Amino acid sequence: MKVLLKNAITVDPQVNLNFQNDILIENGVITKIESNLKEKVDAVYDLKDCVIVPGFADVHVHLREPGREDEETVKTGIEAGMNGGFTALCCMPNTEPAIDCAEVVTFVKDRATNSLVDVYPIGAVTKKREGKELALLGEMYEAGVVAFSDDGEPVSTAKIMKYALEYSSMFDLPIIEHCEDKSLTENGVMNESLNSTKFGLPPHPSLAEVIIALRDIEILKYTGGKLHLAHISSKETVEVLRKAKKENLNITGEVTPHHFSLTDDAVANYDTNTKVNPPLRTQADVDALIEGLKDGTIDIIASDHAPHSIEEKEWEFIYAPFGMVGLETSVGLTLTKLFHTNFLSLNEIIYKMSINPRKIFKLREARIQIGIQANLTILNLYQEWTVDKYSFKSKSINTPFHGWKLKGKPIGVLNNSKLFYENKLVSIY
Amino acid sequence: MLSSRHLLGLYQVPKKDIELILDTAKTFREIIERPIKKVPTLQGKTVVNLFFESSTRTRISFELAEKRLSADVLNFSASTSSLTKGETLKDTVRNIEAMKIDMVVIRHSAAGSPHYLTQLIDANVINAGDGSHEHPTQALLDMYTIREKFGKLEGLNVCIVGDISHSRVAMSNIFGLLTMGANVAVCGPKTMIPKDLEKLGVTVFTNIDDAIQFADVLNILRIQLERGAASNFPSLREYHRLFGITKERLLKSKKDILIMHPGPINRGVELSSDVADGSNSVILEQVTNGVAVRMAVLYLIGTRTEEN
Repeated sequence: MKVLLKNAITVDPQVNLNFQNDILIENGVITKIESNLKEKVDAVYDLKDCVIVPGFADVHVHLREPGREDEETVKTGIEAGMNGGFTALCCMPNTEPAIDCAEVVTFVKDRATNSLVDVYPIGAVTKKREGKELALLGEMYEAGVVAFSDDGEPVSTAKIMKYALEYSSMFDLPIIEHCEDKSLTENGVMNESLNSTKFGLPPHPSLAEVIIALRDIEILKYTGGKLHLAHISSKETVEVLRKAKKENLNITGEVTPHHFSLTDDAVANYDTNTKVNPPLRTQADVDALIEGLKDGTIDIIASDHAPHSIEEKEWEFIYAPFGMVGLETSVGLTLTKLFHTNFLSLNEIIYKMSINPRKIFKLREARIQIGIQANLTILNLYQEWTVDKYSFKSKSINTPFHGWKLKGKPIGVLNNSKLFYENKLVSIY
Repeated sequence: MLSSRHLLGLYQVPKKDIELILDTAKTFREIIERPIKKVPTLQGKTVVNLFFESSTRTRISFELAEKRLSADVLNFSASTSSLTKGETLKDTVRNIEAMKIDMVVIRHSAAGSPHYLTQLIDANVINAGDGSHEHPTQALLDMYTIREKFGKLEGLNVCIVGDISHSRVAMSNIFGLLTMGANVAVCGPKTMIPKDLEKLGVTVFTNIDDAIQFADVLNILRIQLERGAASNFPSLREYHRLFGITKERLLKSKKDILIMHPGPINRGVELSSDVADGSNSVILEQVTNGVAVRMAVLYLIGTRTEEN
């Protein structure tokens, strides 16, 4: 089948592409990139006002399957991903049971077969994520995981982290760390600041994040291997990562859109959708995160999409679970808060949301080049829209961004010979 | 008229509201000295005391205030949170509201629960203490007591002593007293001072003698062992040694310092018996004033609804 994507601006810094072009796709493979293509085709999509970029990848999502299918499934997570402009998702292993052996890896991958979105499971570092013994990292590597993490919890001890980095280096896969010294956070639910004092909520200090980052960096120096810091939220951690990169350590980091879009002021009305781990921080932290994105300290923007049931988010603030959904607001927030504010160029955003995540986690490359399987995200950079949580494809609606007016929207995605556009999924093979 | 139909805390409550409550409380304070202590002001109104955390004093004080205003009173106590009980706060409260009640007085271990209630129900909500957040009626009765003794709040030096980080009483007092123009200080172990408190305009002492030199009023908090304070300091004995208010320490000040305590007292820990029972202690007056202040709050909020 021949499909023609017309009139969009095609942008891919990997191949120095930034022109208004038509793209011809035959059976899912890019065969021509030219302006004003005249070609007899099966379908034409006029993408005037749009840009076509390499398919975005979100390397930090919780798909909740197996175990909490009431909150999300691989299938609904994929739909949310498509709606949010992503063609690849890396899903965290804090499921029930945890993704800690090949069988569960295969189970999750099987749920995603024949999908537009590529789903890459991340394996647990320790058995049952209990922090006691290494999980079957080798077996999971063979089954296709792209990294290891006990996310939701930090890697429990320095000893386990040392083993994890040593062992995973045999497969050249990164350990993703959720930086949190639990002895400091205890029952904390929001950033420790003047606001936690005013709101009377148990504090969760940024100190807890940077201490584990520092611990892990020293271990990384000692052992080698690859370390990736998940959802960096504080200026101290940005600084520590910047310094580690200057020392040429094999370390990378990510930030979520909610950590650069909100401060802990958002907790004022005790909306449990603002309860996330790590917690929302201060404006100084937001500024440092943005600076870290600009100077390359932070490599990746990832959502930490964390679906939770309505019932659980209706618990009192101190009891409600941590997390918010993010797949369907990630691109809009990034364009609104970083692109339209001139903090990042479109090319830089493509690096943070497609090229870097794919490179760091060795996902299939997305490159807008003739002869390569098309893996594309279509954006309208200037469309203004209002976040409506009831229109989410995700099974959960725990977002504090409902009603927000955003500028820039994912319009469609194309991958694996499938196109999702205008709310319709079609095969283009 | 009060600016809000709820009393969730004293943060950002305007000065005129606090003055109105304190002035109204003065009238009720006179009424409760009479042989017949009951007035028909809230006749036909139903008030629910929704206590999700064990409390005797505050509940009794509210209940008495409600009964003296002739309201119909319902007491609902649940010592466990909604989480362990299986029923959410939302369901519990909606059930109770379905019985057509007018006002809810809520005590809950989770900060923000009263705020959440206002999103769920139409009834007026009065916060009787939420976690480590606020306890506005306690602060109002403290301010009432201070104002009775000094005739004013503005310019007075008030120091709150103890575990500030776990204290809703401290936070409500800080917000209210700052609004009223008092000079507010706290004194306690560094481990019990919440982050960035001084940014509110509060002076922080960690030496009790400095605090005593500063103070016209010492509001001494209970060491809340039940709220996990035990890990914040080495021992009760050491706490008493460093921060306990004793007669000897008070003698170092030239002023007659007013001694307050929200109760219940840990004698020999945060203050010695001779201070608690001494001539400058107004601890029991606070209790009496508490009923009058709560009557004022219930009355002002209850009648405000009628005007709407």
